[in-house]
Amino acid sequence: MACISPDGKPSVSGAKMLRALKAKAGSAEEVSQSAGLPLFRVRSGLRELTQAGLVSQKGEQYQLSAKGSELADSLPA
Amino acid sequence: MEEVKEEVMGLPRLGQPAPAFEAVTTQGPLKLEDYKGSWLVLFSHPADFTPVCTTEFIAFAEIFPDLQKRGVELLGLSVDSVSSHIAWARNVEEKTKVKIPFPIIADLNKEVSTAYGMIHPGQSKTETVRCVFIIDDKQVIRTILYYPLTTGRNMDEILRIIDALQTTDANGVATPANWRPGDKVVIPPPNTQEGAEERLKEGYECVDWYLCQKKL
Repeated sequence: MACISPDGKPSVSGAKMLRALKAKAGSAEEVSQSAGLPLFRVRSGLRELTQAGLVSQKGEQYQLSAKGSELADSLPA
Repeated sequence: MEEVKEEVMGLPRLGQPAPAFEAVTTQGPLKLEDYKGSWLVLFSHPADFTPVCTTEFIAFAEIFPDLQKRGVELLGLSVDSVSSHIAWARNVEEKTKVKIPFPIIADLNKEVSTAYGMIHPGQSKTETVRCVFIIDDKQVIRTILYYPLTTGRNMDEILRIIDALQTTDANGVATPANWRPGDKVVIPPPNTQEGAEERLKEGYECVDWYLCQKKL
């Protein structure tokens, strides 16, 4: 797992995506721009975060779930 | 004989969709579809911690910024494990100060290398040869290069091919031998008698109706 460790801690890139989504829900392209990560990494990461129940997807848009918001709030700024 | 025929039939071809894959990499699990909208250079190397491959990885890392400027991502592959890839990339950085910025597929079960025809038993039954697949933003295979185990790849040629393909796509032209960006390009030849007669009046630099060039 590249974004979330087995004990639920986000990796550096996972935390960047969570922070980007905390600031604003959006498409993979938008998350890629605001997180400063390559699009392929974001697509893969969002898939992983969605499977972990931290992010939900509606069409092309991604947003944090309640569990994801809680985790994003606990991240250092 | 039949077995050989089947293997050949299964190889990817230019102009066909690149075979889909889901793979474990040094940057997490990745699918081919994650690269949609970007060009991709997918390349295989025989093995980690080997001399020619190390020179190639340094060279690929050095052209990485040039690839990014062209909207191209880079993805390596061998049949080694993720741990081996990570250890090798760290060793390369420690010894040469060159950081490997792109992911590397750990194709332990050979699924990706088989789908892309990267194992050539005449060279090695277990290792991938030095393949380069240039895949466009619509995930169509545009170029396939195969190099033997003993010959390291030429990065200038990979960049030149990408420039040529992107120029062709943007301008509907072809590129002549040894073309470099800024050189004249080839106008597609007419396919009618009338077109052939008109071609010579169109103001291009022509050897004859079928070989006309222009500056972009």
